[in-house]
Amino acid sequence: MTTAATSTAKVAADAAGGSLRFYGVWLIGIVVLIVLPMIFSSGGSLTSFSLIGIAIVFALSYNILLGQTGLLSFGHAVHYGLGGFAACHMMNAVVSHGWPIPLPFIPLFGGLGGLMFAMIIGWVMTKRAGTVFAMISLGIGELVASSSLILRSVFGGESGITTDRTALPKLLGWSFGPQLQVYYLIAFWLVLSAIAMYALTRTPLGRICNAVRDNPERVQFIGYDPHVVRYIAFCFAGFFAGIAGGLAAINFEIANSAYLGAIQSGLVLFSTFIGGTAFFFGPILGAILVTYLQLGLTNLTTAWQLYFGIIFIGIVMYAPGGIAGLLMMHRPLIRAGTLWTVIPSYLVAIVPTVALACGVILAIETVARFSGGDAINLFGIAFNPTSPVTWIAAAVLVVGGFVVARLTWRRIAEAWDRAGTVARDRGYLA
Amino acid sequence: MSGAVSGKGAAVEVRAVEKRFGNVGIIRDLNLSVAEGERHAIIGPNGAGKSTTFNLISGHIAPTSGEVKLNGDVISGLRPFEINRRGLSRSFQVTNVFARMTVWENVRCAVLWATGHRYAFWKNVDSLPEVRERTARILDDIHLTHRRDVPAGLLTYAEQRELEIGITIASGATVVMLDEPTAGMSHAETDRAVSLIRRLTEGKTLVIVEHDMSVVFGLADRISVLVYGHIIASGTPEEIRRDPKVKEAYLGEEAH
Repeated sequence: MTTAATSTAKVAADAAGGSLRFYGVWLIGIVVLIVLPMIFSSGGSLTSFSLIGIAIVFALSYNILLGQTGLLSFGHAVHYGLGGFAACHMMNAVVSHGWPIPLPFIPLFGGLGGLMFAMIIGWVMTKRAGTVFAMISLGIGELVASSSLILRSVFGGESGITTDRTALPKLLGWSFGPQLQVYYLIAFWLVLSAIAMYALTRTPLGRICNAVRDNPERVQFIGYDPHVVRYIAFCFAGFFAGIAGGLAAINFEIANSAYLGAIQSGLVLFSTFIGGTAFFFGPILGAILVTYLQLGLTNLTTAWQLYFGIIFIGIVMYAPGGIAGLLMMHRPLIRAGTLWTVIPSYLVAIVPTVALACGVILAIETVARFSGGDAINLFGIAFNPTSPVTWIAAAVLVVGGFVVARLTWRRIAEAWDRAGTVARDRGYLA
Repeated sequence: MSGAVSGKGAAVEVRAVEKRFGNVGIIRDLNLSVAEGERHAIIGPNGAGKSTTFNLISGHIAPTSGEVKLNGDVISGLRPFEINRRGLSRSFQVTNVFARMTVWENVRCAVLWATGHRYAFWKNVDSLPEVRERTARILDDIHLTHRRDVPAGLLTYAEQRELEIGITIASGATVVMLDEPTAGMSHAETDRAVSLIRRLTEGKTLVIVEHDMSVVFGLADRISVLVYGHIIASGTPEEIRRDPKVKEAYLGEEAH
């Protein structure tokens, strides 16, 4: 009994120390969101930040399924898209009926749109997990996406449903015409949704979701129906995806079939997985990275989807925990004070790895631009895709980079082994 | 049935249960009665249907015919979680924990339904005092307090077996069923596990499947012998030792 009492006291003490750090992280996040547009105030960055905010809400909602409940969905954009359509219809209804609902409340209706569809379709979908769920989600995704082109009165056909966010009643003098005001609206909903979704992971339901993810069979023998657990998780994921869709509708002032489709569903899976599903902040990192890549790469190269694919394969094969997993791997080393022993091996590995990456880029761009003949501009150096010199350079970089890089990667593994052993010896799990 | 406890006062009662997979009858005319507060062991050779019996009682599979009663109510045909909510909890022969969650989370999840928190998504799971206390007490009971923050998948085998028992008793079920809890353990670990089981199932009804005869005869108030899906004898350890059918079918030299 005394041990139980001390352990309870320890829990309380841990909770007190942890909560300070915990609120600190959230506060920093909020401050960053407020300050960001003051530092980067160009129209381009405001647009990027807005898109990233939407992508984060969407990816976090997806991780309720993938990371927390173990449900792989190929059709999550359905809720995002329906949320977007719900928001557009609501905005138009507010304007035409003169209802006193200002714009900042609209994302809630997007959320309700996503939730409603999840509630209707979810019970059947979540009966089984695994492949069955994945296949049904793919089917439902395609079904809704193709319906959106057929049911014109609801989805507006090819052109979609347009709306005018500035026509809604003003709130505190904000018209939400300028992108800055839209950014703050998105940031507000991002904070609200992120806190709500984080809180969800700390509830009895959230923990049982994890249990269903780990072992749905055993869950039945501790009193829970895994089907009900999956269903509730699915509804929450649909709700928050709907909020993201509502924000997108406000941002673009349009909802169309592209919101609902397989590409959008693939993109959110991609962001969430690259970011890392095992940690709450993983999808946030993934959404930031993927949105930036998407915005940046589409301007630079026509082969941007190929790069996405290569990154995705690389993460799946070498870092299944995603970026968050890679970062958190180092936590025991930091605690044990052995991080410095692996850093040199990283630094050594950078040069050949970058050379290898450059070679791959050069090779891809050579193939992509061969017929067009556009020059490849890599770090300020222009390469002619039809010249054998470029081909040889690419081959040398790929082969040479790979051979040398492999040696340096092995050194990283050895340094890790040593550092990990020390960390384990000092009582930090690695 | 020699010496079978009659219907009244039986915590678990299995009546004329059959289980067929296609044409193959795995369980034939199974009758079993476990009195309230009794420690009842089911023994039998490999493939006799011991685990299937467990699965039939706990709702993992439904009987083809016959019925299972828990405290007088028919439970056959109910889903496992419905049976669990009525106060019957079971462990698994192959360790069956929540591998990516910590030891603490494993036990706490098993406490949540019984403490009435169910599917709550409006409560902070860390600030539920009765859940915290109960989880801490169970961790203390199974001697895993010092491992509370370790993912269950990283525990040693013996520790996982103890956690398995912890999860099983966490809900406070009145009927506890343990499927070979000491399988694969060393002598010292087995002794520890037996005293753990004895202590944790104090005042509860225990049904246990076990291969280790010293565990069975040391722990059980009554023993049932299952051979080819049928109970050939049921009685006190002394009666089982003396039963000629049992000697012939199963115990052989071990019975003396």
